Amino acid sequence: MNTDLLPRLQEEWFGNTRADLLAGLVVALALIPEAIAFSIIAGVDPKIGLYASFSIAVIVAITGGRPGMISAATAATAVLMVTLVKDHGLQYLLAATVLAGLIQIVAGIFKLGFVMRFVSRSVMTGFVNALAILIFMAQLPELINVPQLTYVMVAAGLGIIYLFPYVTKVIPSPLVCIIALTSVSLAMGMDIRTVGDMGELPSTLPVFLWPDVPLTWETFMIILPYSAAVAAVGLLESLMTASIVDELTDTTSDKNRECIGQGIANTATGFIGGMAGCAMIGQSIINVKSGGRGRLSCFCAGLFLLLMIVFLGDWVKQIPMAALVAIMIMVSIGTFSWSSIKNLRDHPRSSSAVMLATVIVVVTTHNLAIGVLVGVLLSGIFFAWKIAQLFRMNKSLSDDESTRTYQFEGQIFFASVDEFNASFDFKEAVEKVVIDVSMAHIWDISSVAALDMVVLKFRREGAEVEIIGLNEASETIVDKLAIHDEPGALERMLGH
Amino acid sequence: MPKLVALIDGSMYSHSVCDLSAFFASRLEASISVVHVLGRREVPGKTANLSGSIGLGARTALLEELADMDSQNAKLANKRGRAILEDAREYLQDAGIKDVEIKLRNAEIVETIADFESEVDLIVIGKRGVGANFDEMHLGSNLERVVRSTQKPVLVASRAFRPIKRFLIAFDGGNSAWKAVEYAAQLKCFADVPCHLITINNGSTSSKAGLEQAETLMRDAGYEVTSEVLDGDAEYSISKKVEEGEFDLLLMGAYGHSRIRNLIIGSTTTEMIRSCKVPVLLFR
Repeated sequence: MNTDLLPRLQEEWFGNTRADLLAGLVVALALIPEAIAFSIIAGVDPKIGLYASFSIAVIVAITGGRPGMISAATAATAVLMVTLVKDHGLQYLLAATVLAGLIQIVAGIFKLGFVMRFVSRSVMTGFVNALAILIFMAQLPELINVPQLTYVMVAAGLGIIYLFPYVTKVIPSPLVCIIALTSVSLAMGMDIRTVGDMGELPSTLPVFLWPDVPLTWETFMIILPYSAAVAAVGLLESLMTASIVDELTDTTSDKNRECIGQGIANTATGFIGGMAGCAMIGQSIINVKSGGRGRLSCFCAGLFLLLMIVFLGDWVKQIPMAALVAIMIMVSIGTFSWSSIKNLRDHPRSSSAVMLATVIVVVTTHNLAIGVLVGVLLSGIFFAWKIAQLFRMNKSLSDDESTRTYQFEGQIFFASVDEFNASFDFKEAVEKVVIDVSMAHIWDISSVAALDMVVLKFRREGAEVEIIGLNEASETIVDKLAIHDEPGALERMLGH
Repeated sequence: MPKLVALIDGSMYSHSVCDLSAFFASRLEASISVVHVLGRREVPGKTANLSGSIGLGARTALLEELADMDSQNAKLANKRGRAILEDAREYLQDAGIKDVEIKLRNAEIVETIADFESEVDLIVIGKRGVGANFDEMHLGSNLERVVRSTQKPVLVASRAFRPIKRFLIAFDGGNSAWKAVEYAAQLKCFADVPCHLITINNGSTSSKAGLEQAETLMRDAGYEVTSEVLDGDAEYSISKKVEEGEFDLLLMGAYGHSRIRNLIIGSTTTEMIRSCKVPVLLFR
């Protein structure tokens, strides 16, 4: 509402200033390892991931639809761009990022946020679990073929992260972990991998650069599949994370605005030399837990991240990778939905199957969008299968044995058509057959076709066929069910 | 039966809101609906956990923790809200209003008003509220939004209440000013209260002509009405007139100027409400 604009902006940005600033700082610390780690996954300099995290965080804070959610460079989008960088180089990555952003903006404009309603809870859980597994797997390169000392450091790091909060909750434990491990490694002169070994860190603030790619159709076709995947994965993860943050803060958010916001952020990020990103579940949970609720928290996270990297760059170079690995393991443990393992026993098998299928597909293809697609398809099929069981047939014979009445109740659609056909006894020779569908619902054309075939078959056997109640039954065949605004209209339609 | 809605928050202004509502309701023979809106929950700063680490089952644990905190705070707020409303109902019934209903709402104030706007005839709100001690000279944070969001007349209560013996209409010829005049004209129950119409001289004759038309309308409705053209700055002259003439109520159109003007020069309405110590009845 126009009248509400200024007060609403004030509320969203400065309604929770102190907590937002502190939460932003805490999140920025968790963002450093992520941004660096994801650059390495994608095969680029840490500079790319760090610039990306800064720009995405800052822009989404302004343009996004979910205050309190953290967006930056992520594992989900990084894994999709590995081959693009390997085959064509960094500039194509930047161009793909720009295109992905544009696709996301278009999706937001066409209000594609509504597709979220088809993503069931099982798919969401599967997605979250798969993401946690992906993050953990991304740490493995740092844990194999490394000096023994690394394992000790990682274990020590994890110990600090989980045990320090018992000492005090005011200082973020990832910060303590980084400082402690860095000092120890410097003091003892350890020979372990540090951030500086991974590549170049930014020494300046980001500048605008146009991706150095030929503006041809060929380039477009090269980057299109990657951009489409990144756009889809980015939107899915952002919308799902938005739902999670909605639940935690008990507020609603504008999903379509979030799509557009992510798109703008990715487009702009491509132009300053960063890779694509999206919302992050782990960091958003950390943010909400630390008291962050407004847009300022995401803005500050990005800002502090950049300031720390650019101005404390020399110190950041000394941080052992072990510290960052420990933080990332912490994020992956926190992201994984451990209760879903317990629920495997209690929940219906179809829901568990959907969840497991999503996880397996994501982990094998390294593509979240494909996993979610498989999950959604499976949920749809399971749903149709369940509804197909709502089907009953009663038959009766008239007193003079000349008329057979078949009465149907329940849902007649593509999945129950076989059972429908099997209900009729075509070998019985009667004069008249009455098919009563007034208590049933016909949902699609396959049912109508099946009914037509049945009628034809009976006629060919010499019986006369009468259909009762076709009008009531077919009310459900149209795409948009016309529910009249009288009280009880819905019950009447579904209950008769 | 006409219906009034009184918006209270338990601050010292709620008293005069009740007094004013009772005064109008008894004259209009209206029922009163007393509404208290529970504010948005605050994020507790003290218990915020800055440890930055998330363990097993972080999401469900965090959700439960937040929900617990929220439910504790909300229970307290609910209790307090109910107590405020019960007090108000008793107060109004003692003042002689028989038909009083109370409503406690969990939504935002503008949404709440949008919900019942079609059933009410007049909205009564305090000039300031719980923030009054901290923000001296500032108006209540909800006031402008509430007035802008509704088409019904909004009565802004000042801190002190006195029965209305004379009232002033600030007229500028605009649509909302005409609404004000027409509203007063059809309120037969107030016809015994003398009315004074003023307009600010803006150099043209049309303002005087409009004023005369308004005066005729009021006179035909049975009011004892006088009129005057004032010179000078609108905010200053009108508020001076209110004080000098010892008027007990001011009627005027609200937020008539464009938003840009309001941003740069400042809103006449806001200034009027701030400087006048009497209740102001606003029309849009």
